Amino acid sequence: MMANMVTALNNAHDLIMKENDKVVVLGEDVAKDGGVFRVTDGLFQKYGPNRVLDTPLAESSIIGTAIGMAIGGLRPIAEIQFAGFMLLGFSQLLNHAARYRARTRSTLTVPMIVRTPVSGGVRTLEHHSDSPETYYSHIGGLIVVEPSNPYDAKGLLIRAAHMNDPVVFLEPTKLYRLFKQEIPDEMYEVPIGKANIVQAGDDLTIIANGTMVPVVKDAVAKKGTNAEIIDLRTINPLDETTIIESAKKTGRVMIVHEASLSFGLGAEVAARIAEKAIFELDAPVMRVAAPSLPYPQPGYEKYFVPNTEKVSQAIDKIMSV
Amino acid sequence: MQKKVFDDSIEYFQVMDENGAIDQALFPKEVTDQKIVEMYKWMAFARALDAKALSLQRQGRIATYAPLVGQEGEQVGSALALGQNDYFVPNFRQHGVFLVRGAPIDKIVLGWRGYEDGGAVPKGFNALAVAVPVATQLPHAAGLAFALMQRKNGGAVLGYVGDGGTSEGDFYESLNFAGAKKVPLVILIEDNEWAISVPRSEQTAAQTLAQKAMAAGIKGVQVDGNDVIGVYKVVKDALDEARKGNPMLVEVLTYRMSMHTTADDPTKYRSDAEVEAWKNKDPLLRVRKYLQSKNLWDDTKEQQMQDDQRKKIDDAVAVAESFKEDPTSMFQNIYSFMPEVLNDELEEAKEAGFWQTGAQ
Ligand SMILES: Cc1ncc(C[n+]2csc(CCOP(=O)(O)OP(=O)(O)O)c2C)c(N)n1
Ligand SMILES: [Mg+2]
Repeated sequence: MMANMVTALNNAHDLIMKENDKVVVLGEDVAKDGGVFRVTDGLFQKYGPNRVLDTPLAESSIIGTAIGMAIGGLRPIAEIQFAGFMLLGFSQLLNHAARYRARTRSTLTVPMIVRTPVSGGVRTLEHHSDSPETYYSHIGGLIVVEPSNPYDAKGLLIRAAHMNDPVVFLEPTKLYRLFKQEIPDEMYEVPIGKANIVQAGDDLTIIANGTMVPVVKDAVAKKGTNAEIIDLRTINPLDETTIIESAKKTGRVMIVHEASLSFGLGAEVAARIAEKAIFELDAPVMRVAAPSLPYPQPGYEKYFVPNTEKVSQAIDKIMSV
Repeated sequence: MQKKVFDDSIEYFQVMDENGAIDQALFPKEVTDQKIVEMYKWMAFARALDAKALSLQRQGRIATYAPLVGQEGEQVGSALALGQNDYFVPNFRQHGVFLVRGAPIDKIVLGWRGYEDGGAVPKGFNALAVAVPVATQLPHAAGLAFALMQRKNGGAVLGYVGDGGTSEGDFYESLNFAGAKKVPLVILIEDNEWAISVPRSEQTAAQTLAQKAMAAGIKGVQVDGNDVIGVYKVVKDALDEARKGNPMLVEVLTYRMSMHTTADDPTKYRSDAEVEAWKNKDPLLRVRKYLQSKNLWDDTKEQQMQDDQRKKIDDAVAVAESFKEDPTSMFQNIYSFMPEVLNDELEEAKEAGFWQTGAQ
């Protein structure tokens, strides 16, 4: 089927729910409305009110009840309407979902997925454009996944639904309907914990996630650089092997993310390269990211989100070392 | 042993009914006919501004917009009930309250255009900022009320939230703080029957939202939200009560006549007939009926008012659209000082012209 990211995710939900009647979908406006981005469209009509729940407007209880459902033998897939509002459930995720397995020595586990749209570039209101991948990755215990295309979105969601871990599933709003792709109709998994080499190259490694994957592809195509582009796909646990192998091969590494520069994903990747491959580098590792400040309102976002021009200039700089 | 240890009930108020008839026993004496004309004009102004916003959004001249049409009665009535030293604490749909309290219209529009510059609070304007995360503003309202109480300036705080927002923890926690510390706080629930696609009846099993006050040990009341005079009276009385150390919860019963925001399609989840039925309860209609029956209003006055309001709105939009954005302001309003590392990022951005020229 030809699918954009929304239809791919919708189809993945359908297959997962058909396969296992323990799967329930819950969240604000996910039932009759089919979710504000229509990712859960039609599921309520097909699977009914016991499996597709419009919850009261309360994120802490959406995530908290999902934890209880998971421990109680169900497999909840919770939708949080926008990334900014997931912070109202932050305590449930970090204090409980991330730690239940450790706390009970794997006797009580939390097989659940919490999905949310992330990142900006779509001119919307405050709190609708944040890129929170590192918040959830920092303490350990939560798997954090972020597809950048319809194929990966479907395969990663299905993989997540088959695991026995809490998975934070980040969906870049800007990529929901940006392009379509041919994807298999049937079930398939995309491995979690494995990065995707989007394009092989010898002169430079560019590592990106989510919205920045198409931006990097665009910049590399425009510059004609022989760059290796790595889409992380899984933020936590990080695919260190792919990163280090590529860094050793090309000797130049740039990390591009939409989240703010300081204490971001780039810092983690750069540190691992410094530890394991520094003597094989020809240039200092470079980070391209949004400024170290909260995401602004839409009037200023074009000055905030890294664009093709910013990545292109960075490519010139790193290649000139 | 068994005995009843708690009992309470919720009262409902309406001063002017759908036909413009007044309940004299409840009618607040200070409300002159002139004041009713003023209320009518404010409601019409809020509606005109709302219609303009919708058309600007459709032309791509403002970002996502949350319409207020249908809720003019409760927004104008409650805003006019605020005293000189009182504050209001909005969620995200209270454009009518901003308007009545004297926020510059060009700044309101600038905010809709997506600039923090529109959110700069004019000196002496007693309000907090628009809060997009539902109900998260209410603890601020409770804390602000505590501060006003300590500073003994006689002010009270009016916090707004939607029916959906009453499901959030912050809503309950704020009511509870207010009751425990006896702060001058009134929380007004704009019960407009919908939280995006979720109807009020599915949001909670509680029969009224006003009764949620009981668990916090404070008083709750209901009022017809499309009755501007009724809302004015109930909110004014509630603010006076709150000033005495008795915080209150006011549930106004109204209806979201339009889409949730310009990104929403309500035909997916509600019937046209339901919306149609609420048209009879329009907050402007009943006041106009009343004013016409007393020969205080006619078509000429209506036309004059509309022309005057349209001009004010158009002028304000022009001012907002001539605003010159300054991306360095993003960096300069984060801390009370400029950290060296942030300044480095700013300098790099400036040197690159914020990466706005086309890639070579
Ligand atoms: C904490 C939080 N969760 C979710 C949202 C997304 N959202 C925006 S408005 C809304 C519904 C609000 O309903 P209600 O409180 O009744 O206010 P109304 O929109 O009817 O004025 C939702 C779910 C949000 N803004 N904040
Ligand atoms: Mg509502």
